[in-house]
Amino acid sequence: MPIRVLVAKPGLDGHDRGAKVVAKALRDAGMEVIYTGLRQTPKQIVEAAVQEDVDVIGLSCLSGAHMTLFPKVMELLRQKGIKDILVTGGGIIPAEDIAGLKKVGISEVFGPGTTSDQIIDFIRKNARKR
Amino acid sequence: MPTDLAEGVLAGDRRAAARLITRIEDGDESIRPALARLHICGGKAHIIGITGTPGAGKSTLIHKLAKCWRKAKKTVGIIAVDPSSPFTGGALLGDRIRMQDIATDPGIFIRSMSSRGNSGGVARATADAVRVLDALGMDIVIVETVGAGQSEVAVMDIVQTVVVVVVPGLGDDIQAIKAGILEIGDIFVINKADRDGVEAAQRELEMMLEFDDSSRKGWRPQVVRTVATKSEGIEELIEKIEGHRDMMKKEGLLEESERRRCRREVLELLKHKAVLSLLAEYGPDDFDALVKAVAERKMHPHDAVERIMERKKG
Repeated sequence: MPIRVLVAKPGLDGHDRGAKVVAKALRDAGMEVIYTGLRQTPKQIVEAAVQEDVDVIGLSCLSGAHMTLFPKVMELLRQKGIKDILVTGGGIIPAEDIAGLKKVGISEVFGPGTTSDQIIDFIRKNARKR
Repeated sequence: MPTDLAEGVLAGDRRAAARLITRIEDGDESIRPALARLHICGGKAHIIGITGTPGAGKSTLIHKLAKCWRKAKKTVGIIAVDPSSPFTGGALLGDRIRMQDIATDPGIFIRSMSSRGNSGGVARATADAVRVLDALGMDIVIVETVGAGQSEVAVMDIVQTVVVVVVPGLGDDIQAIKAGILEIGDIFVINKADRDGVEAAQRELEMMLEFDDSSRKGWRPQVVRTVATKSEGIEELIEKIEGHRDMMKKEGLLEESERRRCRREVLELLKHKAVLSLLAEYGPDDFDALVKAVAERKMHPHDAVERIMERKKG
């Protein structure tokens, strides 16, 4: 049973090359990847995750607004009582922000230089089992 | 727990609906009582299939249709089926990209589905996913598929109204859809109708429909022009879609189409189960040996099947 992943770009950042590369790598690893396009609000992302019943949300942000947007996504998930979705982050995220993101529930942060295999392995090990 | 999911769906719980669809896709047998419950409570939604070649504008069109129906206070469920990779089983599902701004509307539920490698399987999972959205209280359920061949004809067997989307300037494409899809389309949309070649496309479609003598009672397939990106022709398309359903109701064809679809679904399920049970009885090793014999040209496939059937009898 394929792992279902939502790859999402919150906020006003207009670059999704990285998100698309990751989406394709996950697809090639046998996962079902739902890509929702650029400029999503946290509310849109969480609603899509509910309707698509995904196991994983991969957030990508290159604009620097991750400390606002990622916690907002986590907050909305909590409000809906969703605890079993694995949430990861990626993009341009300074090392000093990572601890803060993990504190609000982002399981892992993948910065530049991460290989596709590292992401795939992490998801396979940590996504909920259906 | 599975019947709780059914009660959740009937009470309008979107997470229960989403969870149930996942379990349908996974082939989870334990949800059968839940699906039975939903089947008994269902049958209210107008189920519409939208198919067409990749890039014809299906997702954009569905986005605009959904917005228009929402203005009329109707709720809309959307199931977007995309192909999976034949090699890895993975899939990239991107239909939501064109539907971003309706995604948070509580009167809309969008679900992306991968074909998971087998066309019969799509039809099976899709039919039950339609049941879920119907039971969730959606007035309209749209099934979007990539129209590229026979498998789409199978998916179309679960809807009441079939809309085929084409674009101008693809003369050969219309040729290609002629065989299967032309006969199942109730409404043909020429999208991107602000492009050159729209007159020719319309002429060609009308001509082929003229020759189509599969004579559907009370309905002559209609052709509508749209420019989905500019919201042109959407209201006319909705009129035709609803007109088709009204006609089916008036002529008593809804029951007939329901029976035809149910017959097909029961047969499909039976085929699936029968194959599994025959194979289980024959045993995987003996089956492999049989396949080997056919591959080595010692036996024709017909005779291999005969062997399998005979063991069942004995």
